[in-house]
Amino acid sequence: MQLVTPAIGLVFWMLVTFTLLLVILKKFAWKPILESIRDREQTIEDSLSLAEKTKADMIRLQGENESLLAEARKERDALLKEAREMRDKIVGDAKAVADEEAKKLMTRAQDEIEKQKAAAIDELKREVSVLSVQIAEKLMQQQLENNQAQQAIIEKQLSQLN
Amino acid sequence: MGHKKKMPDFSTFFTTSTFRKSFVAAGFLAFFAVSAFANKDHSASNTAHEGNVSDVEVTSHVADSSHEKAHAGEAHESSTHGEAHAPEKFAPGKMIMEHIADAHDWHLWGEGHESVSISLPVILYTESKGITLFSSARFEHGHAAYEGFELNEEGKVVWADANNTEAIYDISLTKNVVAMLIAVFTILIIAIGMANSYKKNKGKAPKGFHNLVEPLILFIRDDVAKPSIGHKTDKFMPLLLTIFSFIFVNNVFGLIPIFPGGANVTGNIAVTMVLALVIFLTVNLNGNKYYWKHIFLPDVPVWMYVIIIPIEILGVVLKPFVLMLRLFANITAGHIIILGFFSLIFIFGSMNQGLGYAVSPLSVAFTVFMGLLEMLVAFLQAFVFTLLSAIYIGMAVEEHHH
Repeated sequence: MQLVTPAIGLVFWMLVTFTLLLVILKKFAWKPILESIRDREQTIEDSLSLAEKTKADMIRLQGENESLLAEARKERDALLKEAREMRDKIVGDAKAVADEEAKKLMTRAQDEIEKQKAAAIDELKREVSVLSVQIAEKLMQQQLENNQAQQAIIEKQLSQLN
Repeated sequence: MGHKKKMPDFSTFFTTSTFRKSFVAAGFLAFFAVSAFANKDHSASNTAHEGNVSDVEVTSHVADSSHEKAHAGEAHESSTHGEAHAPEKFAPGKMIMEHIADAHDWHLWGEGHESVSISLPVILYTESKGITLFSSARFEHGHAAYEGFELNEEGKVVWADANNTEAIYDISLTKNVVAMLIAVFTILIIAIGMANSYKKNKGKAPKGFHNLVEPLILFIRDDVAKPSIGHKTDKFMPLLLTIFSFIFVNNVFGLIPIFPGGANVTGNIAVTMVLALVIFLTVNLNGNKYYWKHIFLPDVPVWMYVIIIPIEILGVVLKPFVLMLRLFANITAGHIIILGFFSLIFIFGSMNQGLGYAVSPLSVAFTVFMGLLEMLVAFLQAFVFTLLSAIYIGMAVEEHHH
């Protein structure tokens, strides 16, 4: 019976001690401990979500970089192509101009040659006629007595001339 | 990483405050000083009352009931047994009851004449005398009266004059009070030390001693309080943690057989009663309208109110009452079983000394097993008390009603 009869003294001291313990622990132990545990959990949660966000950002940035790179590559190709075309065009143009110039020079040269040739032929003809006249004079002076011979000579000369 | 693995770091625990350290040291010194005084007193008193002591020991084989007879038949017994050195019969019931009951002195070791104990202060309040304060050594183990008071066979303070019926309010610092205070100081030192090092290590990972205590706190919060109380958990966490640590530390101290432990604090009905009272008040002061509606206007046909309402009201009282009994019974039973196993040695020893030695290994083995079981029970009962408290509080503050 003594075992199940609460002693007044112990009840009194227990009430006092437990109340004090509760008040002191609440103020100086549990509150700071629970708060710092909560803070730490918050920090961990924040860090994790930040890491998750950073990862997503990284993936997005990587995609962006890739598309940028592809674009740059395309642009480079286009530029190269353009440059090649330009070069080809310039070379072609230059060739055409040169050809034309050459052709022009050639025609001019040919013209000149023709002209010179004509002039030379003219000169030659004149020379030949002068010569033929002189020959004729000489022949005539030598063989005037022979009519027939004269005739033959003249004809021979003329046929040769033509 | 490059860092070496560190040993568990207790440094913060012991170095945070030299004040605390010296305080504890002073406390223990004070206890041993008291103990030294007590010893002197006892040796004096023991020689004086030699005959008496042995008489009581001899006659009290049947624990409680035979005390009256012992006093009455004092003269007879001493004459039949002759000298005080007659072999004392071992009384397990009495020994066990003495160990689990509260006492005005803290028995350390030894039996009878050689017993060494710490005499604790006796504080009494009576209407006629007011507050009386003296050392329990004055009672000389119940063989002397002091200032009109004496100890009865149960160790309770009564009037030496049997005809005096005035009420005595005994608020002595008994064994259980002192043991409880030691446990409370231990909790305070650990918990406040923890709190301080938390402040110091703000935002960092827990280390050392934290890793021992923090899982317990998180366990109470996440597995005990949160599922039962829900979003109001934070409000009741300090209470639940205090109750858990109080019960757990006192349970564990109760298992230590030598000085700062060994008292049966959580196995004392007064202590568990106050704990249950705290829960009773917390539950009913925080009960919301759903809680009270559940008791006074339950969702049953009106004619059943006659049965249901008394049951519900009974339930309000029974819940903390069962909390009180469960803890008390579990811890007391554990102590009784362990002491019972030890008693076997002496029971057999009193039949035949050789038999006593033969039984002792078995007895020790059983006690070790029980000790391990009691370690589990120490945690389990603290956990169960906290869990049920949390559930009762949760029922009182629950918002939605089914």
